[in-house]
Amino acid sequence: MEHEILLDVRHLTHIFPLSRKTAVKAVDDVSFQIRRGEIFGLVGESGSGKSTAARCVMNIYQPYAGQIYYKGIDTCDRGQFRKNKKMLQTTRQMIFQDSGSSLNQKMKVRDIIEEPMRVQKIRPLRGSYEEEARFQMKYVGLDPEYLKKYPGELSGGQRQRVAIARALTMEPELLVADEPIASLDASIQAQIVNLFRHLQKEHGFSFLFIAHDLDMVEFLCDRVGVMYHGKLVETGPARAVFENPLHPYTKALIAAIPIPDPRRERARAVPDFSNTEFSRTGTLREVEKDHFVLMEGGDAG
Amino acid sequence: MVTSFLSVQEKNGMKERLKVEHLSVSFFTDEGEVQAVRDVSFSLNAGEVLAVVGESGCGKSVLCKSIMKLLPENAKIKNGKILVNGEEIAGYGERRMRELRGKLFSMVFQNPMTSLNPTMTVGAQIAEAVRAHQKDMGKEEVEQRVTELMQLVGIEQAEERKKAYPYHFSGGMRQRIVLAIALAGNPEILFADEPTTALDVTIQAQILDLLREIQKKLGTATVFVTHDLGVVARIADRVAVMYAGKIVEIGTVDEIFYDPRHPYTWGLLRSIPAFSRGKESLPSIPGMPPSLLHPPKGDAFASRNAYALEIDFEEEPPMFRVTDSHYAATWLLDERAPKVVPPIGGNTDGT
Repeated sequence: MEHEILLDVRHLTHIFPLSRKTAVKAVDDVSFQIRRGEIFGLVGESGSGKSTAARCVMNIYQPYAGQIYYKGIDTCDRGQFRKNKKMLQTTRQMIFQDSGSSLNQKMKVRDIIEEPMRVQKIRPLRGSYEEEARFQMKYVGLDPEYLKKYPGELSGGQRQRVAIARALTMEPELLVADEPIASLDASIQAQIVNLFRHLQKEHGFSFLFIAHDLDMVEFLCDRVGVMYHGKLVETGPARAVFENPLHPYTKALIAAIPIPDPRRERARAVPDFSNTEFSRTGTLREVEKDHFVLMEGGDAG
Repeated sequence: MVTSFLSVQEKNGMKERLKVEHLSVSFFTDEGEVQAVRDVSFSLNAGEVLAVVGESGCGKSVLCKSIMKLLPENAKIKNGKILVNGEEIAGYGERRMRELRGKLFSMVFQNPMTSLNPTMTVGAQIAEAVRAHQKDMGKEEVEQRVTELMQLVGIEQAEERKKAYPYHFSGGMRQRIVLAIALAGNPEILFADEPTTALDVTIQAQILDLLREIQKKLGTATVFVTHDLGVVARIADRVAVMYAGKIVEIGTVDEIFYDPRHPYTWGLLRSIPAFSRGKESLPSIPGMPPSLLHPPKGDAFASRNAYALEIDFEEEPPMFRVTDSHYAATWLLDERAPKVVPPIGGNTDGT
């Protein structure tokens, strides 16, 4: 059970055409796995392809090349997708960065939470749609009174909880969270991160957690992948990657995290990376157990 | 009590650029009056960086905009004084303010992608800012100044790069150009509103060091708005912590990080994930900030404050003096209050 692979992304490539002649390779030959019950973090600068990868995983984009297996089903194959459509659309759920724009402003919270159950014609576990909505609201730490409100009347943290509650009504197994805490305040970020931890530990949810806050990723994730210009340059257990980064980009990224301690931070010189182009060629090689680094040929280690 | 700490710094002989006294700003909306900034006082010296931290909606950005008078029409400065180099500007009209903006104070915004014009070369955009402040400058001189400014913000091969468009540059380079534009009028006070939030961490440190270097060179006083305490640690001389439109604690960066006194500052510092590595959960502040439409009676933080005293629900605490540079608005500092051991701070060895 521990090591069952829930999501297997193999050689995923996605290209956005810019004009008839030019195109941008947003995701370039990326492979990673998410095991059941684990939180996998994807980090990298904006534009490095994290969100595109997540959208391919959720079938929002049809990848240009590569396969994505979810519970052994090739989700990019139209035939297999159609056959398992309901399962795929209920057990995989996505939470977006800005719940201000991803929740319909003209619907009440109650309707927002109930909508996926109605669309999927799911009989709620707790009797009625409303009971289910109330239950999920309480579960994510919101007063069920808010069911009567509109998203515009809620704060950012509350809206993000509504988005999570909506996802939970589907009894998901994989939650894809694209920068779910980036737009929230420090004190609220901690609350949401604690909620994710709780969902993982108590209920065995698996997460694809996308963020650029490296401290938060290190705290929350079991394993991480580092993306740089569309390439996955390093992946492994969070501790291994943060304590022993091997790819030059990962090293730069970790060296650049500011330390929230003035005396240490001011004494520290951060090398200038602004004109550095990091290598993104080669193949992923296992340098220690589970820890892969993108490097040129030759023997690993 | 606030005024006493302001005067101390004058005595120290530092050149005071900006002094804000009892500033209150409200937005008048259909639902009623939103008190975005409530009775804020602080001062800022030449060559100093004051970081303003707090949650979104706590009034950080409104504070900057109200000093520059860039508020929308439904906002009003209700009370207070804004003194720039000793001159009261709160009553100035738009025409006077327009002369001062850029020359006296300037602003750098969060997103360099949206603050530049995509259809103009960067050289032309910097030149535009230069000409706006020195109208009688000749063409040659303007060009000269643009090159100087680009070199100042660390752009090499300025001559060639002038002719490039914003999309030719990376995010970090664009933010340097925005900074060059902001510095075109030799401002005495710079407002930087989350200037590195949209940038990659690997570039962030360079921009922060650059800001710091320029600001020391030119003696610019800087108000730096951010929510990232790591960034604060790197750049700030002093820190003001804002909550619900008020400054709840102000002090030097060392005082705030190693000897914080306000429970809200404790909460902010404790929620930094770097301090909780390997733990089950992050210490978080329960609940959420109050609505500024109807601020609660007493201390606005009381309902989220595990250390709240009875009086917190009745009366707002004044600024208590900790040292000459360190003030905090919490009843815990009253001599009648029970002694509380802070859950954080005192870790001067940096662990």
